[in-house]
Amino acid sequence: MNILDSLKADLLAAAAAAPDLAALEEVRVDALGKKGRITGLMKDMGSLTPDERRERGQALNAVKEEISLALDARRQVLKAEALAQKLEAERIDVSLPARPEVEGRVHPISQTVEEMIAIFADMGFTVAEGPDIETDFNNFTALNIPPEHPARQMHDTFYLPNGPDGDTRVLRTHTSPVQIRTMLAGEPPIRIIAPGRTYRSDYDQTHTPMFHQIEGLVIGENIHMGHLKGTLLEFCRAFFQVDDLPLRFRPSFFPFTEPSAEVDIGCSRKGGELKLGNHGDWLEILGCGMVHPKVLENCGIDSTRWQGFAFGMGIERVAMLKYGIPDLRTFFEADLRWLKHYGFVPLDVPSLAQGLTR
Amino acid sequence: MKFTLSWLKQHLETDAPLDVITDKLTSLGLEVEGVEDTGKALAPFVIAKVLSAEKHPNADKLRVAMVDTGTGGPIQVVCGAPNCRAGITVVFASPGAVIPATGDTLKVGAIRGVESRGMLCSERELNLSDEHNGIIELPEEAPVGASFAAWRKLDDAVIEISLTPDRVDCAGVHGIARDLAAADVGTLRPLNTAPVPGVFPAPVKVALETAACPQFAARVVRGVRNGPSPQWLQDKLTAVGLRPISALVDITNLMTMDQVRPLHVFDAAKVRGDLTVRDSKAGETLLALNGKEYTLPAGLAVIADASGAVLSLGGVMGGESTGVSETTTDVIIEAALFEPAKVAEAGRALQIDSDARYRFERGVDPATVVSGIEQATRLVLELCGGEAGEVFVAGAEPAWRRPLTLRPARVAHLGGVDVPEADQLRILTALGFETSRKDGLIHAVPPSWRADVQGEADLVEEVLRIHGFDAIPTTSLPRDEGLPKVAVTPKQRRTATVRRLLAGRGMLEAITWSFLAPETAKLFGGAPEELALLNPISADLAIMRPSVLANLAAAAGRNAARGYADLALFEVGPAFRDGSEKGQDLVAAGVRAGLAVARHWAKGTRPVDAYDAKADAIAALEAAGAPTANLVVSTDAPGWYHPGRSGCLRLGPTVLARFGELHPAVLEALDLTGPLVAFEVFLDVIPQPKKKGGTEKPKLELSAFQPISRDFAFVVEAEVEADRLVRAAKGADKALITGVQLFDVYQGPGVETGFKSIALSVTLQPVDKTLTDVEIEAVAAKVVAAVTKATGAVLRG
Repeated sequence: MNILDSLKADLLAAAAAAPDLAALEEVRVDALGKKGRITGLMKDMGSLTPDERRERGQALNAVKEEISLALDARRQVLKAEALAQKLEAERIDVSLPARPEVEGRVHPISQTVEEMIAIFADMGFTVAEGPDIETDFNNFTALNIPPEHPARQMHDTFYLPNGPDGDTRVLRTHTSPVQIRTMLAGEPPIRIIAPGRTYRSDYDQTHTPMFHQIEGLVIGENIHMGHLKGTLLEFCRAFFQVDDLPLRFRPSFFPFTEPSAEVDIGCSRKGGELKLGNHGDWLEILGCGMVHPKVLENCGIDSTRWQGFAFGMGIERVAMLKYGIPDLRTFFEADLRWLKHYGFVPLDVPSLAQGLTR
Repeated sequence: MKFTLSWLKQHLETDAPLDVITDKLTSLGLEVEGVEDTGKALAPFVIAKVLSAEKHPNADKLRVAMVDTGTGGPIQVVCGAPNCRAGITVVFASPGAVIPATGDTLKVGAIRGVESRGMLCSERELNLSDEHNGIIELPEEAPVGASFAAWRKLDDAVIEISLTPDRVDCAGVHGIARDLAAADVGTLRPLNTAPVPGVFPAPVKVALETAACPQFAARVVRGVRNGPSPQWLQDKLTAVGLRPISALVDITNLMTMDQVRPLHVFDAAKVRGDLTVRDSKAGETLLALNGKEYTLPAGLAVIADASGAVLSLGGVMGGESTGVSETTTDVIIEAALFEPAKVAEAGRALQIDSDARYRFERGVDPATVVSGIEQATRLVLELCGGEAGEVFVAGAEPAWRRPLTLRPARVAHLGGVDVPEADQLRILTALGFETSRKDGLIHAVPPSWRADVQGEADLVEEVLRIHGFDAIPTTSLPRDEGLPKVAVTPKQRRTATVRRLLAGRGMLEAITWSFLAPETAKLFGGAPEELALLNPISADLAIMRPSVLANLAAAAGRNAARGYADLALFEVGPAFRDGSEKGQDLVAAGVRAGLAVARHWAKGTRPVDAYDAKADAIAALEAAGAPTANLVVSTDAPGWYHPGRSGCLRLGPTVLARFGELHPAVLEALDLTGPLVAFEVFLDVIPQPKKKGGTEKPKLELSAFQPISRDFAFVVEAEVEADRLVRAAKGADKALITGVQLFDVYQGPGVETGFKSIALSVTLQPVDKTLTDVEIEAVAAKVVAAVTKATGAVLRG
């Protein structure tokens, strides 16, 4: 075995045995560094003949190449080992809880109103508003409820001190004054809904002194009671997400509509559990009717040309039905547990395109 | 309004079963609220005879009775009734029967060691009356073994309907029958209103001195006997929840419930001279038939006699002093009309609810004064005997005929359903309208009992109601060409955005009352007197809220009391400045309480502070489209905030939002423990972003050169607001400086007492070339100069 072979064997063994990258580097310097053993042999070639030098050069290069490869291979192995060791040292307990993030909720009333807007918007309605403190005229008189009318007793009205012009001020007992405001402010055709706070002096298991209603008003030249039925049927089926939900229209009385109707939706109460659908039993959900000609005339609208319908619905009531919320009074208690349970995730914006309710 | 099926059938000839009748009532607008099949509840009870009744061996007050129930041998029953004795006919319940009064199921039992296989019942146990002194004793002839309910004609149904205020004509069974007949459920039986001849001249005259009573009929009947009314009448009244009193009183109640014709009967012996109907004078008193003494305000319609004393409240309630009793022999029957508004006023003023008031205030048929007194006379003569005098009528029947017209095509145009003209005519005629056809129109005069029918729309409703709302075809609303327009205004949209943004920031949306206690309102700046409810439902809900925060803070306190002290609540709702239309502001307000960061392994906790509320307010403003870069903070938040830890966010003079810790005194008054921070964002005053026609955003200008940043540490007097340094630095070179971050505030060793160190990082964005060191130094010098000039701060050495 010549000296070259033994050098090669030596260096390969040293590379293979290097325990870490520093030791490997020492092997490299020992072999290929400026003062390395192979480098030294290269330098010694000056004393050789050209033929010898070529032969020797080739042999040395081959060894150099082989050593380089061996060093690289060993380096990869050692690097991988070192990384593995480092990563092992960095291990964390991934079962620890993530950093806390508090999630908020949207109140069921707000969500329900947005659902209603999504449906009615698709039918071409826009959203109108009015103040909570109303005049007696807008809340009653213009709606064909004269002062002595017994219907005023159906509304347990909250009164406020008179305004400067002597006008009686009330907390609106329904959202119907928004009908008046809309008709006084604009010309037919009209197609609006008006959700909002309403107030009546009543406080028990099924009444709260403040609650929410949504009003609807459609005025046109040929709007008839069939359209009222169609609008409410389409709304109720979309809102409650029951395709075959039946509606029943019963004659009723409201001073501001003629004819007037109350609307029931189909349900079942079997076993004390309320279920909506075509099950033979009925549940009242709203009042409606064709706008009384006097109401149109009170708002300066020619009742011989224009006609239409109006409806009013309790928002808590339909929210309770849709979402199985058992107690009306809890809506206004701001109980954190209730808000978290019945509230809605902020990104769940209702739309008809993506579905009303997740 | 309650009535029985058998009562209805006295007015309506029909074979229709109960469920057909009740369904039809609801579809006519006479909504059935309940049907109580009394026959069903009483079905287990049979007529039986007590064969023997011996003293119980172990109890003095009990008896052991052997009872013949008509089936098999005698049955042993232990009975505690004092009237239990051999020979009487009784009502027997066998084991398994449910006792109506208690709902208990009867079982075979042993009472004090003696077996009892049934029960003998009292009236109270069967819900027939309050009588419970003994068991029911039936007449000798009652057939043993037969159904008690059938024998007493109690196998009936009680129907309860809810009446809308316009349908007072159906506050009597006859009116209900008329509606059903018009809807083809049967044939209406006519009433007998034929006059009863008077056999002596009217001895009592009536003078009308008030417009509140347009017509008054009085009739004296002499020689009556006023005992209990016959069983059929008592049963009728009992079935609908009225207490039988005496024949004369029961007759007036029958006329009320049957004909919507309230009446009154005076004991003629207790009335002095003629009657006068007049307005009450303030301070007059009346002991009414309900046993209560009333002091009258001026101006109510009252009936007085020659003594001047008030005998009765017109249309509301009679008086005790002239009431009939068992010893009454001569009576004055009153049938009158009273103005609905007047009756309502009297009822409200004195808080009297009566069946008469209910009907009069909704409008009693003006054509029934004379016919009603004739019907009443016939009943009095029939049940109490006596002889009737002539009728004295004061005033006249008010005009009630209103000729109306109906264009037959109007039914389809308004109602959306074709009803043949002949059917329209038939329906109106069946309801009592006088109808005729002329010039293509239906001419219809509403009957006297339908004051609610005032115009063509009402006629359409009558036709549709009887024809059935179910028959109206459902039609979709006509749609505009193309897509529907945007449904919400920009303001409504941004309100919805703010709501979802705040929820997204971890806050729970609450909805709290719009009103609160006046003391609480005072803590939040107070509300003017014009916002105080005149008739609050409670002292806690007596005035409109001047701020949304008060009820939210209280809610935070309630949650803390339940063990949930760390929470964030918000509400988007109204706050009120005054009672005018413009006095209501839409506010997004929120509170955060307890820990801002919950206890956690990864980092320390911290309580909420004013900066949390500031961040909420700015985020809400940002979501609402406010130009938040231009906001200025001022330290003049109102008094319910901590004076040193609160601020207003202003755009020029306009306050868009307020934030900060709540004042400790407010917390204490609300019984809250802090810290509690709050914000209020005024959504109405946020300017709408200007729209310049299109939807394009401004062109994005990207610089090819890297931004560089330079840090500066300034020392400045401690009370100088940090924001002033930031603004000064920003303004030092508007072309190059694109951002200033305040990244440190320090007070302590190394900084003189009364001063603080503020560190700013200023970002420079070169536009057209890389900045040289000289240029950078020049900008830095400008920054230092501007900050020093504006605030007196010096660069920290």
